Amino acid sequence: MALEVLLVEDSPGDVRLTREAFRTANNSVRLHVATDGVDAMAFLNREGAYADAPRPDLTLLDLNMPRMDGRQVLARIKSDESLKTIPTVILTTSTADEDIVSSYRLHANCYFSKPVQLEDFESLVKTINDFWLTVAKLPHEDLTAAVVPKDGKSLGE
Amino acid sequence: MPLEVLVVEDSSGDIRLTREAFRDVNPFIHLEVAHDGVEAMAFLRRQGAHLHAPRPDLILLDLNLPKMDGRQVLAMIKDDDILKTIPTVILTSSEAEADVLKSYQLQANCYLSKPMHFEAFHGLVKSINDFWLTKVKLPQNEQGDAPEPSIDTGHERSPKKSLGTKSLGTRRNNESDRRKRNGH
Repeated sequence: MALEVLLVEDSPGDVRLTREAFRTANNSVRLHVATDGVDAMAFLNREGAYADAPRPDLTLLDLNMPRMDGRQVLARIKSDESLKTIPTVILTTSTADEDIVSSYRLHANCYFSKPVQLEDFESLVKTINDFWLTVAKLPHEDLTAAVVPKDGKSLGE
Repeated sequence: MPLEVLVVEDSSGDIRLTREAFRDVNPFIHLEVAHDGVEAMAFLRRQGAHLHAPRPDLILLDLNLPKMDGRQVLAMIKDDDILKTIPTVILTSSEAEADVLKSYQLQANCYLSKPMHFEAFHGLVKSINDFWLTKVKLPQNEQGDAPEPSIDTGHERSPKKSLGTKSLGTRRNNESDRRKRNGH
């Protein structure tokens, strides 16, 4: 079964690196990309063009992005009853202590600083893959929960 | 400075395995053990005998514990403004989907099932060490300092200083409650 990974990343270079690194590390990973926070939330909420988007098994989230940054995305994910259980890994150039602490405060599952060197970046993606997609037990969406459409109206109205 | 790991585990066999495995993979870790949920919370809140307990860099938390189970401990940690940033990894024999889902709902940082066999257990501890204690960026928090007890003037926390009075845990809870009442 494919593992769905959502990468939220505005840098095309880093998107490409991540894609290639996952391709090497794990054939079963299907990588989806959102290039900013607005796109990411639409994907996660299955809105518009993303109506049939799969639920990610793991989200890799950059912090500094246009339109809506990763901090806001993280806050929204982790306060949403349905989305909060998706492991969300911060993957950012920022090494600032305040970004690290505030990410954990917002319940990021963990935090990584992007390495500068290519080989180190590949190795980091492998590390993320090996731990999150082979060692950790991932939650499965609670399909018994009542489905509430995002506009708040109940089904059939 | 050594990394502090709190293991919350009631099985002495598993405690021993964990200790030995960590000793093999990383001699610079300082492992502390709480044998039930009540002791874990006393350690984390630096109450009673745990007045000078170090703040853990990582918590490994079993689910099925006497006195207060791991689910309650997890809920309390992740609800506490001061404790919530400590990465808390569930490490349990339960593979039940309901336990996995519930743990992530309570904001566990991740969930790991304890393997039955020794070598696999050792391998898992190595994975935990490699991932959480070498590669992940951990929050740099108030290392070793307890929050100053609040004087009833306002809503801001005063700068942290270590105090050495026994009622520290109670004051910390009151501080947390006050912040919540004031909408923080």
